[in-house]
Amino acid sequence: MERDDIIEYSLHAHHSEEEGKKIRKNIMMVTLILSVITTVEVLVGVYWKDWFSSSATAWEIIKYSYIILTLIKAGYIVMIFMHLGDERKSLRNVILIPYAIFILYLLFILLTESNFIYTVKHLLGWV
Amino acid sequence: MAGEATQAIDKAELWGGGRSPFSVSYGKMMMWFFLISDALTFGGFLSALAFQRHHLADAWPITEEIFFHFPLTHAHLPLLYVALMTFILIISSVTMVLAVEAGHRMDKRGVVKWLAFTVVGGAIFLGSQAWEWYTFISGPDGLWSTAADNASLTSNPYGPQLYADFFFFITGFHGSHVLSGVILNLIVLIRAIQGWYDKRGHYEMVEKVGLYWHFVDLVWVFVFTFFYLI
Repeated sequence: MERDDIIEYSLHAHHSEEEGKKIRKNIMMVTLILSVITTVEVLVGVYWKDWFSSSATAWEIIKYSYIILTLIKAGYIVMIFMHLGDERKSLRNVILIPYAIFILYLLFILLTESNFIYTVKHLLGWV
Repeated sequence: MAGEATQAIDKAELWGGGRSPFSVSYGKMMMWFFLISDALTFGGFLSALAFQRHHLADAWPITEEIFFHFPLTHAHLPLLYVALMTFILIISSVTMVLAVEAGHRMDKRGVVKWLAFTVVGGAIFLGSQAWEWYTFISGPDGLWSTAADNASLTSNPYGPQLYADFFFFITGFHGSHVLSGVILNLIVLIRAIQGWYDKRGHYEMVEKVGLYWHFVDLVWVFVFTFFYLI
């Protein structure tokens, strides 16, 4: 049963062999970046106490850099591996703006509130 | 990749009806919708984890002291196996992108090859996750048979009960996504071999399961950071 009212958008997305070579090279570069970032994260996670002598501010800085590095990795995966960078800007916004509002803000507010409750518990002497 | 998405189309025509204003097919749009909703679900779990982890910061165990096992050796290698699992999943994501790229050139053999590697990578990740659960449940003494110091949803020898609960729930929920992803990839691989997509003229189905697979990888990146590293 053939339907002639459906537009096949993916037929326009084909590319040639030479373009394919350039694209594969780009993919390898992004893979390298992701691997290097992950390796650095794991090494810091395991050895930070030896390098920074277990200081609390060092851990704070490391925590925030982990979150930033994770967001960078997520950005590369979404924009290049999931090809969102090749899609229309309107579709990009539909996906990225709710993500920013709900997930990023949610994480921030939960960390803030849990910090507050932790401090209050200590002040009240419940811990 | 020059798709219709890169072409500038007059707004009146784009939103005038009878076509997709985002220049994507129905299937791809729905896959993105599902991914956003699933991302919010995982976001909810990770936020709950973040809250409890700081709320119970004094008693929260240190992950390097729990996850130091490596299969086939008794060496103390903190977080190395988890890092290896992360690499395996990232590499399977890369093979998936290469499968999609081969699909854009209508290269059936390339698609089959890279999709097969992706399925294998996913299966290895699942096996590794099962091994991690086995080691975690066995408890600090490393033996499954000693029920007294085993971890479960009601007993946790490593620290607060919530730690074990979150471990099982979040990695389990993620693992079920990996399992369904591997099954979907296998179905699409078999259909690619049989030539369904060659006949259609495009490999968009590979792109769609590719989106799901990358989402699974993305969630693991976040789970790895928030549970194991922070």
